[in-house]
Amino acid sequence: MQGAQWAPLFLFKLPANGPNTGMVEMDRQDMIGETELTMTGAEIVVRALRDQGVETLFGYPGGAVLPIYDALFSTPELQHILVRHEQGAGHAAEGYARSTGKPGVCLVTSGPGATNMVTPIADAMMDSIPMVVLTGQVPSHLIGTDAFQECDTVGITRCCAKHNYLVRDVNDLARVMHEAFLIATTGRPGPVVIDIPKDIQFATGTYTGPTGAKHKTYHPASEPHEASIEAALELMRQARRPVFYTGGGIINSGTEASVALRQLVAETNFPITSTLMGLGAYPASGKNWLGMVGMHGAYEANHAMHDCDVMICLGARFDDRVTGRLDAFSPNSKKIHVDIDPSSINKTVRVDVPVIADAGKAINALLQGWQQQQHPRNDLSEWWSQINGWRDRKGFAYDKLEDQIKPQYAIERLYELTKAKDTYITTEVGQHQMWAAQHFHFEEPHRWMTSGGLGTMGYGLPAALGVQAAHPDALVIDIAGEASIQMCMQEMSTAVQFNLPIKIFILNNEWMGMVRQWQQLLHGERYSHSYSDSLPDFVALAKAYGGHGIQCRDPKDLDAAIQEMIDYDGPVLFDCLVTKDENCFPMIPSGAAHNEMILGKITGDEIDEAGKVLV
Amino acid sequence: MSNTTSTPSPQSAYFIDDHSADMIVRRTLAAIVDNEPGVLARVVGLFSARGYNIESLTVAEVDRKAHQSRITIVTTGTVQIIAQIKAQLERLVPVARVIDITTSPAGLERELALIKVKAETGSDERVEAMRLSEIFRARVLDVTLESFIFEVTGGSSKIDQFIELMEPLGLVQVSRTGVLSIQRGLPE
Repeated sequence: MQGAQWAPLFLFKLPANGPNTGMVEMDRQDMIGETELTMTGAEIVVRALRDQGVETLFGYPGGAVLPIYDALFSTPELQHILVRHEQGAGHAAEGYARSTGKPGVCLVTSGPGATNMVTPIADAMMDSIPMVVLTGQVPSHLIGTDAFQECDTVGITRCCAKHNYLVRDVNDLARVMHEAFLIATTGRPGPVVIDIPKDIQFATGTYTGPTGAKHKTYHPASEPHEASIEAALELMRQARRPVFYTGGGIINSGTEASVALRQLVAETNFPITSTLMGLGAYPASGKNWLGMVGMHGAYEANHAMHDCDVMICLGARFDDRVTGRLDAFSPNSKKIHVDIDPSSINKTVRVDVPVIADAGKAINALLQGWQQQQHPRNDLSEWWSQINGWRDRKGFAYDKLEDQIKPQYAIERLYELTKAKDTYITTEVGQHQMWAAQHFHFEEPHRWMTSGGLGTMGYGLPAALGVQAAHPDALVIDIAGEASIQMCMQEMSTAVQFNLPIKIFILNNEWMGMVRQWQQLLHGERYSHSYSDSLPDFVALAKAYGGHGIQCRDPKDLDAAIQEMIDYDGPVLFDCLVTKDENCFPMIPSGAAHNEMILGKITGDEIDEAGKVLV
Repeated sequence: MSNTTSTPSPQSAYFIDDHSADMIVRRTLAAIVDNEPGVLARVVGLFSARGYNIESLTVAEVDRKAHQSRITIVTTGTVQIIAQIKAQLERLVPVARVIDITTSPAGLERELALIKVKAETGSDERVEAMRLSEIFRARVLDVTLESFIFEVTGGSSKIDQFIELMEPLGLVQVSRTGVLSIQRGLPE
């Protein structure tokens, strides 16, 4: 790295009483981008965070980040949430980012601190969550000597982060910090890691503000190409069986994108489905809503995807959980694919009209074009009556029981009792996640935080902390399973310490439900290591952490128990004992097509040998 | 270098089973990258992580002032895979641009090889090796009583052919640079 290239031409020398005091007294706004200041690396980090508008960060101290923690000590404006495990810091930052649209920031130490962050980094990469991760590193001269708590952080995170840096010169630090925020938040968002050796944190260098942060090689396109929009509109005009297939790109684009989407759907009267990551962009109560698409998606959504003649994919990426069997995926449709990431185009599914652009900008361009053209509305009556036929199959129906709480029923009641409030939902991964997606209905974007791409058990609790930190007055619920919740259970302690009144709603069936379901369907009912024999007493556990515990097993008591959870002012662990062997339906079995959905009660013969090797 | 392009299948869905039917093509890609630490690891890591082939790879800083390096990669795959490789490379933050040298009409590729041949003084092989080296405009770098080292430059196929001809004469060892690339005319 040639640090000298960015070396300052002009150094603003501070008075002799030291950079720390001198900096605080000056008018911050005047200095940004205009003046250069001398301060320590640790102070540069803190100053850059503040200049980037960061209000909250999540972290865990350790030897290699002590100088930064020292600088934080005198910066009360930056709220630091001390987690119990670095993985918790990462997921909390993800939850914060997903619910606000702002980048999540975490700060951890070298070695194990960094390796514990790998899962959240990979998770944020898969789900395109903007995140800046600061890791301490052993002093420069010890790098490569197997020093205490040393690991090759940039090497380890290279393939699971959008970009990463090892800072070798304190004078590069400010530029790297600002670049990291630019890269994390623009284009297809993602995690950026900055590894800062301890000597760089102590060294004195020059701070430059964020103004005009430009990158030499990184210039993502975001405006749609006019010709591609025209081609897309032409297909949409001729469509007789169209469907909008939307995804997380719309959420990432900001709330305006959701507003434009709703308008576009209203103008065209096309049906709309969404991936797991895109829930909330179009309201679940909207009349064109088909429900979620994919493996555990709505019957009508999957059939519409299979039978459509024009598919308009907006900010989604044809994930394998969505497409099912590729060679039978929507065989007779022309496909329009709007994606900000050119490498998503034609990655697995060949498309006819690629539009490389920010989803919101593309939707606006489509909306404008649609409004301007003078032509009769597409006659979709036949298509809609076909869709209504699929709707009548009631794919999400289940048998209610008098003496047991069905997991679907628990989610339904949770939804009914919280829908009037400003509610944010996070989830862990497994059956409960799918039931939440199916039976909890989202009206607004940024209200649904789930680990979609990586499928990280343990995501939901820390993510809820991040959401609650960003929205202190909102109702934040982690819909969990009893297996997933134990993966980051320790963060309950963080919730208590920081008065983050999150509600953890556990659908407890004593099984790793999704694993059990697959073993039942694919592995001859051989339930290999998927039963939890000694679960903790969750009520006592909540109490031990200083939170509130509730247990419920009777459907008749459920509403009152949920109400108690909502009304309690503090973190709650709700142990909802549900039917143990319930399966998550409908389901597209591995290796099957969208129109081969199973609605319920299957034996295991539906999945062929080719399907069994898929995940 | 194969210039075949397979025609996209008429169906809009991408057929997994058709992979074998899709023509495998060889492409030379040049990536212009910011010469920062780890940039080569990013490029190589991308190929291994996504299961792409690397047949040859060369890298060197080409513009000291601008800190730019040129990485020339020879790879194989279906046309769809090649397009993915290009898009994935361009997605890397320090990559400024990627040029498909094979399909560019202005593309030029050259390789340099050092080739050691056992050929004892007075033998017919020694005379034949020398004669062939002149045809291929190879330079003699080193001569001993039993061997030559030739330096030969050209397209990869020319070098392949030279090696093939040396084989029966007593080929001992080969060292190749891998493919270098550039485009004719004004700056790319």
